[in-house]
Amino acid sequence: MLGEHLAQALTPLNVLLALGGVAAGTIIGSIPGLTATMAVAVLVPLTFTMDPASALILLGAIYTGAIYGGAYSAILLNTPGTPSAIGTTFDGYPMAKRGDGDLAVTIACLGSVVGGLVGAFFLLTLSPPLSEVALAFGPVEYFWLAIFGLSLIAALSEGALAKGLMGASLGLLLSCVGVAEISADVRLTFGSQTMIGGIEVVSALIGLYCIPVLIDLVATPDRHLKVEAEQRGFRLSEAVPIVWREKINVVRSSIIGTVVGILPGAGGSVAGLVAYAEARRAARQGQKYGSGEPGGVIATESANNATVGGGLIPTLVLGIPGTPPDAIILGALLVQGVRTGPQLFESQGSIVYTFIYGLFLATLLMLPVGLLIGRYAYKTVVTLPKALLVPSVAFMTIIGSYAIRNSVSDVIIMISLGAVGWVLARVGIAASPIVLGIILGPIAEQGFVQAWTIGSAIGDLPGMFFGRPISIAIILFTLVSLFLPVIQARMRARRMPNAD
Amino acid sequence: MKNCHRLIAAGLALAFTAGAASVAQAQDFPDKSVDYVIPFGPGGESDISARLQQPYFKEKYGQDMVISYKPGGGGAVGWSQLNSSDGDGYTVMGINLPHIVIQPATKDVGYTTDDVTGIYWFHYTPDAIVVPADSDFQSLQDLIDYAKENPGKVTMSGSGKGTANHLASIRFDEMADIKTTYVPFKGTGAAVTALLGNQVLAEWGYTTVGAQQGDKVRMLAVAMDERHPAFPDVPTFKELGFDLVGGAYRGIAVPKDTPEELRQKWSDIVGSINADEKFKKQMLDGGFALIDVPYDEVPAFMEKRKAEYLKAAKSAGIVK
Repeated sequence: MLGEHLAQALTPLNVLLALGGVAAGTIIGSIPGLTATMAVAVLVPLTFTMDPASALILLGAIYTGAIYGGAYSAILLNTPGTPSAIGTTFDGYPMAKRGDGDLAVTIACLGSVVGGLVGAFFLLTLSPPLSEVALAFGPVEYFWLAIFGLSLIAALSEGALAKGLMGASLGLLLSCVGVAEISADVRLTFGSQTMIGGIEVVSALIGLYCIPVLIDLVATPDRHLKVEAEQRGFRLSEAVPIVWREKINVVRSSIIGTVVGILPGAGGSVAGLVAYAEARRAARQGQKYGSGEPGGVIATESANNATVGGGLIPTLVLGIPGTPPDAIILGALLVQGVRTGPQLFESQGSIVYTFIYGLFLATLLMLPVGLLIGRYAYKTVVTLPKALLVPSVAFMTIIGSYAIRNSVSDVIIMISLGAVGWVLARVGIAASPIVLGIILGPIAEQGFVQAWTIGSAIGDLPGMFFGRPISIAIILFTLVSLFLPVIQARMRARRMPNAD
Repeated sequence: MKNCHRLIAAGLALAFTAGAASVAQAQDFPDKSVDYVIPFGPGGESDISARLQQPYFKEKYGQDMVISYKPGGGGAVGWSQLNSSDGDGYTVMGINLPHIVIQPATKDVGYTTDDVTGIYWFHYTPDAIVVPADSDFQSLQDLIDYAKENPGKVTMSGSGKGTANHLASIRFDEMADIKTTYVPFKGTGAAVTALLGNQVLAEWGYTTVGAQQGDKVRMLAVAMDERHPAFPDVPTFKELGFDLVGGAYRGIAVPKDTPEELRQKWSDIVGSINADEKFKKQMLDGGFALIDVPYDEVPAFMEKRKAEYLKAAKSAGIVK
């Protein structure tokens, strides 16, 4: 059985599709604004004429490639290519600044491959039981998960908590603009019809991260990134030992990525951020997260690629998409006449297992493909003179924010937010807390409203919010991540009263 | 004088060619690919039904149907921009009920219901009450009895507010004289997840949920005139004494300056796809229910729906 499905996955056509898919996905994902969701959606019609397994392999390969590709612009331009790569900017860009951009890209590739393999492994072996995780998370758990995510601000804005919270509040406000997702109220549009669609996360990402970089590029005479004169290849000999040293981080982040991927309301951005926060909390002496620590890149990249396999678990077992690209894959399956559900693994096992092996194959192919494209991306960004780099990046930001839903107003919103972001960065309010607010605001709001409605109906609000085991666990995690840095700092201060 | 004649002749010739062109336009239509805009994100039921239509359009008319997405504001972003597209027949947009009635009635969304030129309503996903397979509610009557004894305690998930699910919940509660708690979720997928995870007791969903979830769920009743072919064992609300027929209707609209011939042509195109046996089977297997409301019947259909939705929305307090 196993050999047969494996052999089907390895037909020349499927290998070619996996290879082409990963390459195309990586390139699309590296352009800010062109997300994994879009990459998959664009290619769906092409798959109608293929047999279901090949179609799925192509879509899976593009998806996984795009999630990895998001790391390039995160590392080289401080702009997440996809929302999943937000956490990659924290350490990836500082690494690139100091001249280690090539190393960061290689490390991101290794982390993504391992994360992807771990996610695919869980998909292959433990799908039915793991899909229960998706069901165990009710509205109140999503509410607490979002609060936990917001608590990362404490970690992300060390020493400037007040400013971090101001940024997050701004993000939460921005997330309220437009037609509310579940209550259908129109909020904060100030009578403008262009604001009815709200602020698209991707245009906010591009604006807040990329525009300030562009402004600084133009405003300062220095080169964009530090360049080393000599040829250093892929720097695999440095990257592999670093990843090996971070093996616990890789495994932990991959598992976080798989589990968060299973949760239909979360997604790659949340997975990357949670994994980053956990890596940072477990940091060894001397590791400086936030200023170019490779562990940060490894954590985010392995986690976000693990969400690919993780997200497919509820998609295939329950017919509930784990992530937005999975929703499209599910639609493609339906058009192909493949019924998802618990019986899928038995009734159409040949399709499913061929697909899963194809996903393994695509993930493995990501190693050579990703290294090569990454090398090219790095060289381009580093060697391109500013006079060319700035207009090309500016062009990409406009294309990207327009393409997300074919709307000019998103471009205007992107540029306005970029200008605001640049000013705020001057006074010490970073982009990340704002973006965190925009992403987590709706998750927290929906969870709260639903939990409150259900809790009131059953007449047990305290039990709803504080009595469920998973909720209690998330609340404890939140408290730890909020107060541990404070306690640690105090203990350190007590131990070394004469330091500094 | 001669020149003047020539001018008139040229003018006539031009007018004639223009007239001929517009006839030819409809006859040769389509001679290039057409844009089919879905005002929602990919992966939803509007997208899936468009994806199912896509290959048949290509097969019957030889041109590509390119699906693009313009999500935002629950569809309002797309619909408010519909009439600014070219009315050359090469741009069409998916439209949904009750959205295009409820949205403009509740707030200024940049379009009115009458701004939307529907040319065909081709299917709907009938409302249905869904419970988990292991639920104590074996029949609709069980649910009603429980709700009568425990007012407000029956929690039911559904997709959004002011939606087909929400309006059905309001109408049914009135008809059965019960009080349930409607919990809005972001889309049908999230509402189903809440149901399967036992976060709520039941769901206001669609027949498509029954098709996708198979034996993990049980539908207590469906809001159709007759039983759905894919679920011969599930009674209709009508059979059980509640006059509830409806759901989320989907159709296709064109920009308002699209000429009459092209509107009619598009109506015929959608109708011909709807009549294809293979398409019919795919749609029914997916849990959809096909309807045929061609261009000339759209106004009457809309009047009836409008009255029904606005009445329910008023009693829910969504519309003042």
